[in-house]
Amino acid sequence: MRPEFEEVVLAHLDAAYGLACWLVRDPNLAEDVVQEAVLRGINYFASFRGEDGRAWLMRIVRNTAYTMLAARQQAGRIEAGDAGAVLEVPDPDDGPELALSRQDDAARIERALAALPIELRECLVLKEIEELSYKEIAHITGVPIGTVMSRLWRARRALMTAEGAADDEQ
Amino acid sequence: MSSNHCQEMRLLVQADVDGELQAAEAARVADHLESCVECARLQQRLLALSDTLRRKLPKHRAPDHLRQAVRAQLPGARAGRQAARRWPAGLAAAMVGMAASLALFAVLPMRGVDGMQDWVVAAHVRALQPQHLLDVASTDRHTVKPWFAGRLSFSPPVRDLATDGFPLIGARLDSLPGSEAAVLVYRRREHVINLFVWPASAEEATTEGSRDGYNFVHWAADGMTFWAVSDLNARELLEFAGRVR
Repeated sequence: MRPEFEEVVLAHLDAAYGLACWLVRDPNLAEDVVQEAVLRGINYFASFRGEDGRAWLMRIVRNTAYTMLAARQQAGRIEAGDAGAVLEVPDPDDGPELALSRQDDAARIERALAALPIELRECLVLKEIEELSYKEIAHITGVPIGTVMSRLWRARRALMTAEGAADDEQ
Repeated sequence: MSSNHCQEMRLLVQADVDGELQAAEAARVADHLESCVECARLQQRLLALSDTLRRKLPKHRAPDHLRQAVRAQLPGARAGRQAARRWPAGLAAAMVGMAASLALFAVLPMRGVDGMQDWVVAAHVRALQPQHLLDVASTDRHTVKPWFAGRLSFSPPVRDLATDGFPLIGARLDSLPGSEAAVLVYRRREHVINLFVWPASAEEATTEGSRDGYNFVHWAADGMTFWAVSDLNARELLEFAGRVR
């Protein structure tokens, strides 16, 4: 049975918001992303075939987040000129190593994750937080499964290196 | 074990940790781990990292006001309720704090003319792909206008310009950065005209121009922003804009 649009959206709203937060790294913008994604979803729902509703919604959220990040980046350039560098997306932080060396525990790992390039970060978030399969992640991010695997590996290697636990890499 | 072999094994070890392997492959990985200290340690570290991430990372929960706003957006919700919800929630919050001001930055300038030209032309081109032009096909404005109710937080003016030589052929919704647009689709001979409409955020001067071979005319009236885009010649597109106004 194909569920109603409303059911799909409300059931997975936390996941949608969580993914938006991890991608855009700004709670206010994340809310806008979710609302925008819901509106887009209304348009696309006709093409929904009753497969996994969460993955379906996440894909729209993900694409919306990318659109809005691009818009924000462009807006930053137009409005702020050179000062727009501070708005740079995906992230203006130091690399994962530096980020990790500064803080402790939860904040540390969170910052290290945030410091990853967005295409690595989204794979890791979808895997570790949303516990989605490679196949679902490939569908959401629009890349082959092999790419998902290597992105996951690169993301994890960066975090393990940052944690100081890696010693056999490179 | 050779390091080359171990490099190949890494993705398999990872896939095993991620529960992605069939039994036969998983057995192969298990065999390898028995004999390879390096890979066994890698497996431990992947498991530890996974555990850390799952325990330490914040669990984002959609705030209540977002949940309410989304409820109001859903197709069953009344359009009037949406109007009060959609932007104020985001924008009021954005007034607080510096990080938040970035969100304002992001949304408002996109409604400016410069950034928007590319978007509306791209949306026009996208709409010309098969199956993308119309969500509702109707030449009757009394069908088109109610169709938007419940799908949008605003009600676009819908005019039938058939007697002026610009018959209405239907409408759809489109997403542009920072706003949802009503799109009214008209025709002039074999040319399609997309008329994008959404609430104006400020007074905007009328502009016209062309991009990538498409002409556009942009104006604001009655609290709405309008963008007409078409491959129709500029003169007739201006005439169209004049009729709409």
